[in-house]
Amino acid sequence: MRRYVIKRLAQAVGVLWAAYTVSFLVLDFLPGDPVTAMAGAGMDSGQVDPAQLTALRHEYGFDKPVLVQYADYLGKAVRGDFGDSVSTGRPVSSTLADALPQTLQLTGAALLLAVFLGGGLAVLATYTSRRWLRQLLLSLPPLGVSVPTFWVGLLLVESFSFRLHWFAAFGNDGLRGLILPAVTLAVPTGAQVAQVLAKSLLTALDQAYVETARAKGAGRWRIHLRHALRNASLPALTVVGLLVGQLIAGSVVVETVFSRDGLGRVTAAAVTAQDIPLVQGVVVFGALIFVVTNLVVDLVYPLLDPRIVVAPGRKAVAV
Amino acid sequence: MVQAAMTGTPTNTPGTDDDLSTTPSTEPVHPEQGAALEIRGLSVSYRTRGGIVRAVRDVDLDVRPGEVTAVVGESGSGKSTTAHAVTRLLAPNAHIDAGTIRFGRHDLTTLTEAELRTVRGARIGLVPQDPSVSLNPVKRVGEQVAEVLRIHGLATRRSAPAEAIDILNRAGLPDAATRARQYPHELSGGMRQRALIAIALAAGPELIIADEPTSALDVTVQRVILDHLQRLTEELGTAILLVTHDLGVAADRAQRLVVMSQGQVVEAGPTRDVLADPQHAYTRRLLASAPSLATARPRTPVAPPAQTGSTPLVEVRGAVKEFRLPRAGGGSRTLRAVDDVSFTLHRGQTLALVGESGSGKSTTARLVLRLTDATDGHILFDGEDVTTARGAQARHLRRRAQLVYQNPYASLDPRFSIGEVITEPLRAFKVGDRASRLARARDLLDRVALPASTLERRPAELSGGQRQRVAIARALALSPDLVVCDEPVSALDVSVQAQVLDLLAELQADTGVAYLFISHDLAVVRQIAHQVAVMRAGRIVETGAPEDLFTHPRHEYTRELLAAIPGRRDDHDLRTRTA
Amino acid sequence: MSRDLVDDTAADAALGFARPVEPGSDPGPAHRVDVRRILRFLVRRPGLLLSVLLVVLVVLASFWPGLFTSRDPLTGVPSQNFRGPSGAHWFGTDELGRDVFSRVVHGAQLSLKATLIAVAVAFVVGSLIGLVAGFVGRWVDDVLMRFVDVLLSIPALFLSLALVTALGYGTVKVAVAVGIASVASFARVTRAEVLRVRQAVFVEASRACGTRWYAVLGRHVLPNAAGPVIVLATLDFGSAILAVSALSFLGYGAPPPAPEWGTLISDGRNYLANAWWLTALPGLAIAATVLATNRIARALDGEWSRQR
Repeated sequence: MRRYVIKRLAQAVGVLWAAYTVSFLVLDFLPGDPVTAMAGAGMDSGQVDPAQLTALRHEYGFDKPVLVQYADYLGKAVRGDFGDSVSTGRPVSSTLADALPQTLQLTGAALLLAVFLGGGLAVLATYTSRRWLRQLLLSLPPLGVSVPTFWVGLLLVESFSFRLHWFAAFGNDGLRGLILPAVTLAVPTGAQVAQVLAKSLLTALDQAYVETARAKGAGRWRIHLRHALRNASLPALTVVGLLVGQLIAGSVVVETVFSRDGLGRVTAAAVTAQDIPLVQGVVVFGALIFVVTNLVVDLVYPLLDPRIVVAPGRKAVAV
Repeated sequence: MVQAAMTGTPTNTPGTDDDLSTTPSTEPVHPEQGAALEIRGLSVSYRTRGGIVRAVRDVDLDVRPGEVTAVVGESGSGKSTTAHAVTRLLAPNAHIDAGTIRFGRHDLTTLTEAELRTVRGARIGLVPQDPSVSLNPVKRVGEQVAEVLRIHGLATRRSAPAEAIDILNRAGLPDAATRARQYPHELSGGMRQRALIAIALAAGPELIIADEPTSALDVTVQRVILDHLQRLTEELGTAILLVTHDLGVAADRAQRLVVMSQGQVVEAGPTRDVLADPQHAYTRRLLASAPSLATARPRTPVAPPAQTGSTPLVEVRGAVKEFRLPRAGGGSRTLRAVDDVSFTLHRGQTLALVGESGSGKSTTARLVLRLTDATDGHILFDGEDVTTARGAQARHLRRRAQLVYQNPYASLDPRFSIGEVITEPLRAFKVGDRASRLARARDLLDRVALPASTLERRPAELSGGQRQRVAIARALALSPDLVVCDEPVSALDVSVQAQVLDLLAELQADTGVAYLFISHDLAVVRQIAHQVAVMRAGRIVETGAPEDLFTHPRHEYTRELLAAIPGRRDDHDLRTRTA
Repeated sequence: MSRDLVDDTAADAALGFARPVEPGSDPGPAHRVDVRRILRFLVRRPGLLLSVLLVVLVVLASFWPGLFTSRDPLTGVPSQNFRGPSGAHWFGTDELGRDVFSRVVHGAQLSLKATLIAVAVAFVVGSLIGLVAGFVGRWVDDVLMRFVDVLLSIPALFLSLALVTALGYGTVKVAVAVGIASVASFARVTRAEVLRVRQAVFVEASRACGTRWYAVLGRHVLPNAAGPVIVLATLDFGSAILAVSALSFLGYGAPPPAPEWGTLISDGRNYLANAWWLTALPGLAIAATVLATNRIARALDGEWSRQR
C-alpha cells in the first residue's frame, strides 16, 4: 500500500511538471511576443518605447535562450515562486493564496449541492415507479448541462435579488451572498453527477446480482440502496473527481457574474491584462487541484471496490 | 410491476385440490403425496417493439417434495421464463397472461408484491445461471448469505454472521469461515456457485429453482456441484425445479422430465420412460443430437488413415508459450500457458485438442496459425519451419491455414454483407475479379447448405448456426490445407451442433482438409476426431485414437473428464436414486 | 432477465435452422437510407423532431440571416430604446434601440462559425491522436496518451484562457482555444473505440485470413469505430457553443458592436434591473440550441442504433 501511494505521488508530480511545461510552451513560446503584449496591455496607445521593451525583456529573462529560461522558471516554480504579477507587481503565489479562500468556499458549497441534489435526483428518478415523475426527473439533467452558467446566474440575480430582494446581488457577503453563486455553479456539475449516477444505477439494477437479491425476498428500497447504489456510486465517484477541476475553472464565470472576489476574478483580470506569470500560476494551480482530487479518488477507490487490488509495486489492477 | 392476470381460472383455496385440473396423462398425481409446486395452464408473453412474443404457452408442471423435476429445452424454448414466472421474477415487459402457480396454500400469480417477498428466499430459493455475475461484487460473501436471514427475520444482526458460515459450510464451501470474509472475485466459479446455493438454501426453502446452475462451469466442477445439490435436497426433502439445456444433466439428476419447445411442453413424465421411449418427435430429435448421449450414434465417416512416411501437414515440437504477468514484489512471474507440447497432424485428418478452460488448448492453436509468437519449440507446416515466419512466408501460411472461431456472433463484421465476409480472403490474396469471387462465394454457400440469397444479408439477420456456416465457408474460400476450429459448436444449441459437425465431416471427405479441432467437450470430439490429445495446465497428458481413449483411458485426468460427462451414469444408479 | 427475451427473439431463427432463408424478403443494398423509417422514427419523438428543426433554423440563420429579419443588427433607433418584447420587436430593443432578435439572428453566424472551428480542431487533432495511439500501440500509444493525460489535467476553461492570453482576442482565436481544450476527450474516445474494434474477434479473423493491415484499418476498424466519435462530435458541438459563449461573455470574443451571443448577454447584464429581456432571451437562444444538439447526440447514441 505504501509503495502504491508513493508511486501515485510520483505520477502526480510528473503530471504537474508536464502541465507546467505545457503552460510554459503555450504562454511563453507561442507567436505574439509576451513582452510587447505585457507592455502594450498597460498603455492606452499602441506606441511602446523600445528601450522600455528591452528593459522588460531583460527583467523577465526573455533575452536568454528558451531552454535556459525554462530551466530558470521551472527551478523557481518548484520552490513555489511563479514570479511577480505584471499588472500589480505582487508575487503570483501570494496573489493566488489571498484569493483562494473565497473560491474554496464557493466551490465547496457548490460541490456539496451538486453531489447531494444530483445524487438524490438520480436515486429518486430510478426508484420511482410513477412514470411521469421518472420522465420529469430524468429530463432535468440534460437541461442542466445545456444552459450557460452565466445566464443561469443572471436569471437568479434578476429574480431573487432584483424582484424578490431575498439575496444580495453582488459581493462576498457571508452565507446569504454565497447561496446564489453556489447554486449557479452547482447546476451543470449536479446535472452531470445526476446523469452519470442515474445511468450507472440503471445498469446496476439490470445486473444478475440484483436478481439474486430479488430472489432472496429483498424489498425494492433495500435492493436500490444496498445493492445497486453501492455499485453505481463507483463510476459517479470518478466523475466527481474530474468535476472538481471544472468547478474551480467555473468560478471564473460565476465570480464575474456575481462580482465576487476570488480566484476566478483574479484569473479573468489576469487574462484581460495578459498578465502571463499570473495566468501560468492559475493554470498550474488548476492542474494541482485536478491531480490532488484524483489522487484522493484513487486512494478511496480500493476502499469502496474490493476488486481493485493494491498490491505492492503494482498498479491498481481491476480483477 | 408484473400484473397477475387471472383469466377464467378460479383461485385455488385449500381443500379444493381435486377440482385442480387435468394432470398430465403421463403421470397421475398421487393425492396423498401432493406436489410442492403445481403449475397449470401458464402463459407468459413479452411486449417488445416487434409486437407481443408469447414465450410460454399453456404449460403444466409439477414438482414433488424431495424430487428433482428437470425442464429441458433449447434456447428460446421458454424454460427459463417458466422458471422465473414461479416467483414472478420476470423482466418488466413480461406479463403472465393466464394460469395458476399453486405453491402450498397460495396461488403465486395472485399474490401482491409484498406477499411474494415473504415467499421469495424464505420458501422458494433460486440458484441463478451465471455464478460470475450473480453475487454482488462489493459485498462480502458471508454478508450476502446473512442477508437472506436478516430479510426474513430468521437471525439477529449478531447471530447472522455465524449462521451464514454454518450455511456456507453445509453448501460444501471448504474453509467457510475464511470464505465468508472474502469478496466474490476472490472465489473460483465453483465456489461462487456454492455460495449461491448457500443463499438459496439459507432459509430452508421447500422448493429450489435452479436455472442452468452449472452451464457456466467446467465439467468436473459441474459434477461436484450437482452431486452436492442433490445430496442436500435428498437430506432435507426439498423439491428442485432444474432448468437445463443439457439432456445429459437432466437424465442424471431428475426423477421427472419436462421437455419444452417453442414455449410449450411437448413431453413430460418420469425420466426413465421419456428417455427409453420418447413419444414426441422433438424429444427424439433432441435425444439423437445430444452429444453426451450419443454412444449409440453412428460415427461420422472417417477419412482413410494417414499414409505413414509422407510429410505431416503440421508438426509441433516442444512448443512453449509464456505470458508475462504483472510484476509482483521482486521478480517477474510468467505463466506457462503452453508447456512442451508436441503433436503431428496429417493431411485430411482431424486432431482434437481437449481440455478445460485454461488448459492452453486455444493458445496452442494460435501458435500453429502464427497469431502469437512461440517462446520456445518449433512448428512445422508441411515440412517447413514456420515458428518465426514473417512477411511473405507468413502470408503464405495464412493462405493455407484458416480459422473458425467459437463465437459466430463476434467473428463476422456486423457491417459486412455475407458476400463480403466470404470473399474477404479472396480479395486479400487478389484471387480473381469481383464476378468470379462472387461466383466462388455462391458456390461455397451452396457447399455449407445456405441459399444463394444469403449473399446479400448481414450477419445480424442470421441465426447462430447459419453464421457458423458462413464462417466455415469463409475459412474454405482459399481451399486451405488446414482449418483450425476453435470450439466451433460450443455456442450453438445441440441440434444445431450436430448439423454443423456433420457438415465439417462432409467437407473433410470432399476436400481433404485437415482440422485442428479445439474443444472442451469430449463427447463432441468423439464424433469428429481421428486423434485426440487431452490437455491440462498447458501439457498434453494423453494422446490416442478416440475409441481407445474413451474405452481405456490411461491418465487419471482423462478418466476424471470422462466420468464427469453428464448422461453417462448407468441405469442402476438412476434407479437407486429414484427408489 | 433480459437474457430470456434475447433467447426468445433469437429462438425461431435458432430452431428453424434447417429452414432456408426466405428468398422473398430481400433486405436491399448495403447502405440505402430508408427515408420513411427515419421519418417514422422522428414523428414518434416530438422532442427530437423539434430539436432537428431548431438546429436547421439556427444553421439557416447563420448563413442567410435575411430570411428571418430585415432589421440591421448594428444600427438602432435611439428613441425606441429599452422596448420590451412585442410584435414589432420579438426580443425587445436594447439601450441604443437596436432590435435584439435581429442581433441574435446575426449573432448566430459568428457563434456558429466559432463552434464549427472549435469542433473541427478537436475532432481532427483529437481523433488523429487517438487513432494513431490505438492502432499503432506500444510506445507510441504510451507517449501520446501521457500527453493527453496532461491536457486533461488542466481544467478546460483554464487551458482555453491560457491560449487566449497567448493568442489574443477574437472569434477565431477563441474558437481555436476552445477546440484545443477538447482535443483530449476526442483522443481518448477514439483510442478506446479503435482498441475495442481492433481486439474484436472479426478483426483477428480478417487478419488470420490474410488481409493486410491497411485494409483491416480501412474496412473494419474505421467504419466500426466511427460511431461513438461522431456522437462525441455532436455532443461537443453543444459544449463548444457553451464554452465559446462563456469566453465571449468574459469579453475575449469579437470586439463590440459584433453581436456574438455571449457578448449580447454580457451587454445586457448592465441593464439587468430594468430590461430583463436583454439577458434572458439571447440566453434562451443559446440554451435551446445546446439542448437541441444534445438531444440529437443522444438519439444518435442510443435510440436510433437500438431501433435498427
